[in-house]
Amino acid sequence: MMRTRIAVKSLLNRRVTVLLTMLSLTIGIVLVLGINHLRTQVKESFNNTLAGTDLIVGARGGSLNLLLYSVFHMGSSAHSIRWQTYEELAKHSQVKWLVPLAMGDSHRGHRVVATTPDFFVHYAYGQKQALQFSQGKAFAGKYDVVIGAAVARKLRYQLGDKIVLAHGIAEVSLAKHDDSPFVVAGILAPTGTPVDKSLYISLAGMAAIHEDWQSGVRIPSAKKVAQADHDHEHKHNHHQKNKQDHDHKDEHEHEHEHKHGDDHVHDHDHAQSLSAILVGLQQRSATFTVQRQVNQYTAEPLQAILPGLALAELWQLVGSAEAAFNIIAWLVVIAGLLGMTTSLLAGLSQREREFAILRSLGAGPWYLFLLIMLEVLIICGSAIVFAIALLVLLLWMLQPWLLSEWGIQLTFSFISVQQIYYLLAILIAGILLSLLPALNASRRGLHDGLSVKY
Amino acid sequence: MNNYAISLQSLRYGWSNAGKVLLNIDSLNIAAGEKVFLFGPSGSGKSTLLNLLAGTITPQQGHVNLLGTALNDLSYRQRDAFRAQHLGIIFQQFNLIPYLNVIDNLRLRVEFLPRKQQQFAYAQIPQLLTRLGLAEAQQQAYRLSVGQQQRVALARALLGAPDIVIADEPTSALDADLREEFMTLLFELLGEKTTLIFVSHDHQLRNRFDRAINIKDFHDATAVIGVEQP
Repeated sequence: MMRTRIAVKSLLNRRVTVLLTMLSLTIGIVLVLGINHLRTQVKESFNNTLAGTDLIVGARGGSLNLLLYSVFHMGSSAHSIRWQTYEELAKHSQVKWLVPLAMGDSHRGHRVVATTPDFFVHYAYGQKQALQFSQGKAFAGKYDVVIGAAVARKLRYQLGDKIVLAHGIAEVSLAKHDDSPFVVAGILAPTGTPVDKSLYISLAGMAAIHEDWQSGVRIPSAKKVAQADHDHEHKHNHHQKNKQDHDHKDEHEHEHEHKHGDDHVHDHDHAQSLSAILVGLQQRSATFTVQRQVNQYTAEPLQAILPGLALAELWQLVGSAEAAFNIIAWLVVIAGLLGMTTSLLAGLSQREREFAILRSLGAGPWYLFLLIMLEVLIICGSAIVFAIALLVLLLWMLQPWLLSEWGIQLTFSFISVQQIYYLLAILIAGILLSLLPALNASRRGLHDGLSVKY
Repeated sequence: MNNYAISLQSLRYGWSNAGKVLLNIDSLNIAAGEKVFLFGPSGSGKSTLLNLLAGTITPQQGHVNLLGTALNDLSYRQRDAFRAQHLGIIFQQFNLIPYLNVIDNLRLRVEFLPRKQQQFAYAQIPQLLTRLGLAEAQQQAYRLSVGQQQRVALARALLGAPDIVIADEPTSALDADLREEFMTLLFELLGEKTTLIFVSHDHQLRNRFDRAINIKDFHDATAVIGVEQP
């Protein structure tokens, strides 16, 4: 008891050095715990982004690229898929449902995805949880828009608000579709996935706002020219495998594909030209068969990817960066521990008097050894407590931002079994390093006796 | 077996195991309750003799017997325990742990006492504080004056009623008045049976003691460790 009292008071007596030592250790521990927590959570949220979709079909290219733009809404497709392909795929006997996705527009930095109301039925995340509306419902009219939870919160949108979409996906877009404002028809409940940060409109809506656009530029009188130049390929009814009636068949009557000569150069092939198709199969066992068939499709170059595999592949890519972060965090911890050892060693000379007094009272070398050990435990233990408190504070402060900017939902429960092992490792490393000053102190106790060199 | 508090026989001590001898004591016996004044020039081995008595160092040759116990035969751990139980030590100055208050500095001594002595020692604390006029029990040690610090050191050395008190120039940092006050308190509080080894350069104090020992008497320039004297 008295030894603890001495240790605490001695540390308080050297509070500036001790606090700086604790601070450097705390930073290291926050980094180790934080990075590990972030990694676990990001991986979880990553793997939870898409569930229930068996295949993602897109134009041939990198599978990672397809995954990134179709699911994470990052980057863009270099090529697009023709509407005919979507129709062909819908006829496949193994296909249970399919959801077309067309991208290219944005709203204040958030991606706008044109799709069918089926998206809200079939898109699932986490443990196959379906999307839910916190307010309103799926788009019904041409100029209806459904917004993600983060969009609603960040931009403070409510049902009935009118918003203008911008052409292109840049954060600041100069070209706006201000001639055709959209009305917020529904707000989705938070999912912790990129869905939260996106806006959803109907394919008809996207086609409508691009009526006067060509090659990414607005040409006011282009409608007629466009009609003369473009192929009016599709007069289709809504091609849903499950034959759902979406009350807007007529909207598709006017949809048309912009078939430009440089079709492959830009990514703004709206209307029925699609960026990707999410596919659900009748039987999961057919996945590879359908994938092969899609990959061998002759009408246009296509590829189908398995979301799970692509996610794992993407995580491997991210994983190497995560390992680098981890190494840096551990190096900071080691630097902190070495700093602690150095300051303890340097302090021993100044504490010769203290040790001589303790020796005169009957303290043995072992007592001095344990005293130093106790001080190390107090320093490391306090640093761990500070680190946990700091991490909780950081999580509390950063959570809204991470959710709105990155769609990452971080939980507060960051103390996992692995994290406890990490903390134990730090504690053991601290104890091992402190053997040096502790042994030094006990050796001094033995040799110097009661005499003190001034 | 004698009833000497301290008995040194054929003792030789040097800083290395083969070399010049610093202390060469054929025989030194100090009776229980004897108050001894030890003097000698700086570097003559006074502190070494105190360390030998405290058991923090052991001689290369000869025997150190305290209260009938041969310190040479004890392990360092046993010597530490023996020191805690039987010896009270006062240094020249800086006797106290500066960041602890007066009470904690006193309790520190009790911490190392054997269990059976602890209760008695704890009961002594308030009495000693009153007797020494130390009202500042909660005061941090570094805030005390030198005189106050030496009085606390005296109180601490006397806690648990040690058999032998070793004082290494405890008055050298004090002015004449404080020195007088300290010496009066020391002799008042020391029991008749308590042996005192008091190191000092101040020969004015010499008359208060039963015996004076000049450390130079224990020097023998010809003696070498490892070689028996004729």
